[in-house]
Amino acid sequence: MTDLALEKTAAAAPHRASPALLGIGALLIVAYGVLPLVASEYLFDAILTPFLALALAGLGLNILTGYAGQVSLGSSAFMAVGAYAAYNLALRLPGVPFLVDILLAGLVAAAVGLLFGLPSLRLRGFYLAVSTLAAQFFVQWVFNKVGWFSNNSPSGIVTVPPLSVAGLPLDSSAGRYLFALGVVTAVTLAVWRLVESPTGRALVALRDHETAARVIGIPVLRVKLLAFAVSSFIIGVAGVLWAFAYLRTVEPAGFNLDRSFQILFIVIIGGLASLRGAFLGAALIVVFPLLLSRLGEALLGGLFDSGVLEMSQRIVLGLLIVTFLIAEPAGLAALLDRLWNRAWNWISGRFRRTG
Amino acid sequence: MSRPNTRTLSLRAALLGALLGTAALLPAAAQADEQYFPLQSYRVGPYAAGGTGFFGGFIDYLTLVNTRDGGVNGVKLTWDECETQYEVERGVECYKRQKNRPGVAAWNPLSVGIAYAMIDDVGRDKVPLITVNHGRTDSTDGRVFKYVFPLLLNPYSESSGIVNYIGTREGGLEKLKGKKIVVLYHGSPYGKETIPIYQLLAEKYGFSVEQVEVPHPGNEQQSQWLSIRRTKPDYVVLRGWGVMNPVALKTAQKVGFPADRIIGNVWSNSEEDVIPAGDAAKGYTAITTQASGADYPVLQEIAKTVYGAGKGNLDDKKRIGSVYHNLGIVNGILNVEAVRIAQDKFGKRTLTGDEVRWGFEHLRLDPARVEALGAKGLFHSINVSVANHEGEGRVTFQQWDGAKWKVVSDWIAPDWALLRPIIEKSSLAYAAEHGIQVRDPAAEDASN
Repeated sequence: MTDLALEKTAAAAPHRASPALLGIGALLIVAYGVLPLVASEYLFDAILTPFLALALAGLGLNILTGYAGQVSLGSSAFMAVGAYAAYNLALRLPGVPFLVDILLAGLVAAAVGLLFGLPSLRLRGFYLAVSTLAAQFFVQWVFNKVGWFSNNSPSGIVTVPPLSVAGLPLDSSAGRYLFALGVVTAVTLAVWRLVESPTGRALVALRDHETAARVIGIPVLRVKLLAFAVSSFIIGVAGVLWAFAYLRTVEPAGFNLDRSFQILFIVIIGGLASLRGAFLGAALIVVFPLLLSRLGEALLGGLFDSGVLEMSQRIVLGLLIVTFLIAEPAGLAALLDRLWNRAWNWISGRFRRTG
Repeated sequence: MSRPNTRTLSLRAALLGALLGTAALLPAAAQADEQYFPLQSYRVGPYAAGGTGFFGGFIDYLTLVNTRDGGVNGVKLTWDECETQYEVERGVECYKRQKNRPGVAAWNPLSVGIAYAMIDDVGRDKVPLITVNHGRTDSTDGRVFKYVFPLLLNPYSESSGIVNYIGTREGGLEKLKGKKIVVLYHGSPYGKETIPIYQLLAEKYGFSVEQVEVPHPGNEQQSQWLSIRRTKPDYVVLRGWGVMNPVALKTAQKVGFPADRIIGNVWSNSEEDVIPAGDAAKGYTAITTQASGADYPVLQEIAKTVYGAGKGNLDDKKRIGSVYHNLGIVNGILNVEAVRIAQDKFGKRTLTGDEVRWGFEHLRLDPARVEALGAKGLFHSINVSVANHEGEGRVTFQQWDGAKWKVVSDWIAPDWALLRPIIEKSSLAYAAEHGIQVRDPAAEDASN
């Protein structure tokens, strides 16, 4: 699929105009115009906002893993860096507008990402994955150990200040959702520009064949570090959304290895090197367990206790993921493409026959 | 990735549709005169032992009240469970899901992380949040945290209670002077929370304290215990969690530190903490707010009425009367009595969350009332007020004899007066940070 992605990037440029843009437009109208009016607090706080934060984290990791081919198991560490940085900025520099805080928090995460990206200059594949694991453990340990980061809160869990942008309070569920949506839209747009740019192609070249990339004059070291920095920046911003828009509390335990794996799975299940993939993967990871658990409870709630139900849901979820991946190893994005094409051929075939 | 999105749209629409569809499957609105307890329980995951015991006990008591008394003054108690696995995000999702059912009495997540994530919301939704024996220490100050109740014991009181107990064992608090205590704590925010409190107590009573961290999960403690052997402390306080507890006891035995000089805290006090340590746990003593055992009248009734009718919640009947089960039962008593007290004021009907909050703020169970509830000896008493959401819970200490816990102390009162200024400093800072108006208890009591 690697060559394919390259081709697609190049080939897609001319005809990305009408239907795709229309689709995005419709999606944005629903997300900005319709959902805030009709959705319930449950939909916002339990589904949409965590979906947006995780999708953004997936997008960030996709740059590093999907586009540039560097495996990382430290994503949730960078989320934690973003979240704690934003908390401390908001706490210690009260005059600074929150949007600037987010940018700065992203930059702090990018700096930490650069630091832990350095081994990538020497290591690749599994070895790199193991060294990013160090980031995961180190960052969590530091936030646990150094009380300053959590303002010496006795329990080590901090409550973030209420969200407000430019004096406009966004503390309601809908407000926090819209805020997250705005940030995700802006970052996604920027990432889209990036991957379509020569830099984006340099990332793909690096992934597909490092030596070849070097030969055609791509500054491999710089591009690698850039991938780490940009990816950590975005994941850091996702951490800010996680802490400020979703949970409104920050604790080191919330950013553990499980979360890193979750983000990696989002990218793999959704589709590597695909912007849609991050969103599809996040949708699956966030929504699917909830759907299953609601369904399980509604159908069998009276018969079994919640522990048994939960266990069986895990089995079902695992089976489904395996099925998805067997059906389409390139992820949900590719699976949908295929289904769409098939449907389209069928429809157009019909039309041709009748016409 | 460049030809998206009509498909993404249709997928999202489909997901949304499916979601709304399942939402419609939710139980319809409750009938009149029911009081609903949403349970964010955890029966799966690393903390399942605590979760099954606690929520089992809670449900058993609610079942007892329903079958024996037909509810509280005729108002039936209902509940349902939402599995959190002790994870914050799942707890939040459960909160948003369960709060839509009418007649919510109180929330009891038994998880600090989940409780923290709910503090804003319970204030907005005006429903009490109960964190029995744990939780955010400064929420003891009900003037700031109107809807949060760390009933019976917060982490600070726990530390003070442990030191007071060591004092009684030495023959008086003044005998603590010159003694040496090591606190072995779990390397987590929870474990570190009481570091300044032990320092404070050490200064006050003149003992020296050394606080040693065990990194999570704590299944290797050789170096910590070797250093403890060098220090030769008079007591070791075990502030553990999960697997760290039995490993501590076993390693102590290996380095020759006597188990009866190890004092466990509230999360190191259960059967699940000592049984895996086998022989090494014999003589180990731990703090508790609720004695264990199944001899108390209320437990006898649960065994007869609830388990006798096959309606018990625990799978393993041997766990009846265990530490977590009894904590769940005591928590059930506190919740039910708060509803009863609120009903006396507002009427015998389904109450709003805010009315139940009033009930918790007037939850006063003296030893006589506790005896009438069949819980004499199970727990001592509680005295909650607007300003004090902890309620002056007493603690007792139990020693593990190799087969069961045996109470070895009186009911001990922590030094609340010493701790109150620290709590208020923190709660007032929170109030300032979040723009909360500090309540005036005298005025509230006058208006009620």
